[in-house]
Amino acid sequence: MNITEHEQILLKGLARNDKDSIESIYRENYSTIQSFVLNNNGSVDEAKDIFQEAMIVLYEKSGMPSFSLNCQIRTYLYSVCRRLWLKRLQQLGKFSTQVESLEETVPVEEEIEDHEKKNEDFILMEHAMAKIGEPCKSLLDAYYMQKKNMHDIASEFGYTNADNAKTQKYKCLVRLKKIFFAQYKNV
Amino acid sequence: MNEILLLENVERYLKGEMSAEERSSFEGLRKSDPEVDQLVVEHTYFLQGLDRFGTTKAFRNNLNEVGTKLADEGLIGQPKLKGNAKLVSIWKKYQRNIAVAASIAAFISLLATGMMVSYTKEYSNKNYESLVAEINKTNVQVSKLISKEVGKGVVINPKPEVDFRGTGFLIDGKGYLVTNAHVISKMKNIYIENRKGDFYKAEAVFTDKQVDLAILKIIDTSFKTVTSLPYSIKKINSDLGEQFFTLGFPRNEIVYGEGYLSAKSGNDGDSTAYQLTVSANPGNSGGPVINRNGEIIGVITAKDSKADGVVYAAKSKNILNLLEKLKKSDDKYLSIKTPTNSDLKGLDRVQQVKKMEEFVFMVVGN
Repeated sequence: MNITEHEQILLKGLARNDKDSIESIYRENYSTIQSFVLNNNGSVDEAKDIFQEAMIVLYEKSGMPSFSLNCQIRTYLYSVCRRLWLKRLQQLGKFSTQVESLEETVPVEEEIEDHEKKNEDFILMEHAMAKIGEPCKSLLDAYYMQKKNMHDIASEFGYTNADNAKTQKYKCLVRLKKIFFAQYKNV
Repeated sequence: MNEILLLENVERYLKGEMSAEERSSFEGLRKSDPEVDQLVVEHTYFLQGLDRFGTTKAFRNNLNEVGTKLADEGLIGQPKLKGNAKLVSIWKKYQRNIAVAASIAAFISLLATGMMVSYTKEYSNKNYESLVAEINKTNVQVSKLISKEVGKGVVINPKPEVDFRGTGFLIDGKGYLVTNAHVISKMKNIYIENRKGDFYKAEAVFTDKQVDLAILKIIDTSFKTVTSLPYSIKKINSDLGEQFFTLGFPRNEIVYGEGYLSAKSGNDGDSTAYQLTVSANPGNSGGPVINRNGEIIGVITAKDSKADGVVYAAKSKNILNLLEKLKKSDDKYLSIKTPTNSDLKGLDRVQQVKKMEEFVFMVVGN
């Protein structure tokens, strides 16, 4: 099925992390997913979790250079949610053979595997960030994620000059790397 | 070449900030030294990971915010049940009785709060009541007896005698807390009690009666420092109508409250404080007021004993002002760092409270 111009715009917005696009996609698709999860032994909270995870899968996909979606957003999200929910039911041992599938689905196994790897990395990084403490955490966040420049950071954090802030930042980065890779080896 | 200098060069190389000359010499180094080459590969991978972490985190935040918004609108949630006609008629039938009951309840609570007025800030308004709890001695006696029996001679953490109780929260994981000046004003000994019932000795390192705030430092060596706090402190003033939640100890257990900012000044037009509409009781003093983004916007100080739900809170920027003064007073305080980013943004309320509650303590003393 051809993907409409409206959906193209939404997907581009999603890739930019644009809040309005996220909201539109959320509004247009959430209720289908919620009724699917509720009809299959799930709760509202679980529906929300599953939906948001599927949104992250779509977001990760939308940011890839080779990105193309050859079905409607609705079909894609439904397929991912269905797969994720089946997996979760299996883990909980609540597997029911009667997971309804009245909607059209597309294969999404590869993307979900890819997402799970990325998710592990995310959690490891989150743990490492939580362990390094302040001011390291805020400092690295300001430089590497919010992409602030060293002069602004120096004045915000009370360093006498940008060079001092920079040295401190590298020290923090070395610590973060150590913690991150140490965890990596343990997995 | 030391590690930091090397890293700096790797980053400049990856960002393309090197001149052609530097670049070729760096590439030469890479070829001749496999360790450097290894570092470049590793660091590239790590920076990509860090970058992805940042963008994914930002996306997750947005997603959560949108989710919360749609939940507020009712899009997310249990499908509405049809046929509420019966409920409406029952409500109408009992509406009158409920109204009468509610007004009696309001009358009783007015009486109750009116009976224990005390004030530290010198206001003309006699209804200004600070919210530090004075503990009933008999209760403490009972709990002391219990702790002795359990201890059987090996008293690991002897329970101090407690006459007053307020609330405090960490602003630096090294053991610095904020509470109200009036909470500690009558205490000879100050203790911080966590949820497990462990006590830590603390001392006041700075007090400002004007804004009614105090900074405490835990001096007990058994206190384990916290590496990072999930909330930040808001530097600018908040707006009317901003919604928030509070955590505090009006009882021996942490209590959650919700409300909104109702005026930009406190009692008698006090510009260092806000007026809030929230429920607060003795023991809530010193408790944090947190907005939906996980920023501390104020510290609960007092309530109007004659009006319902009129509570005052010191504005959060006073905390930062106090810290500046503290840092100027002695160089040893220069290391105090308050968190500038909140991890609570976009989370739903239950999660926010869960992450937050372990950093809110009872401030007790005698």
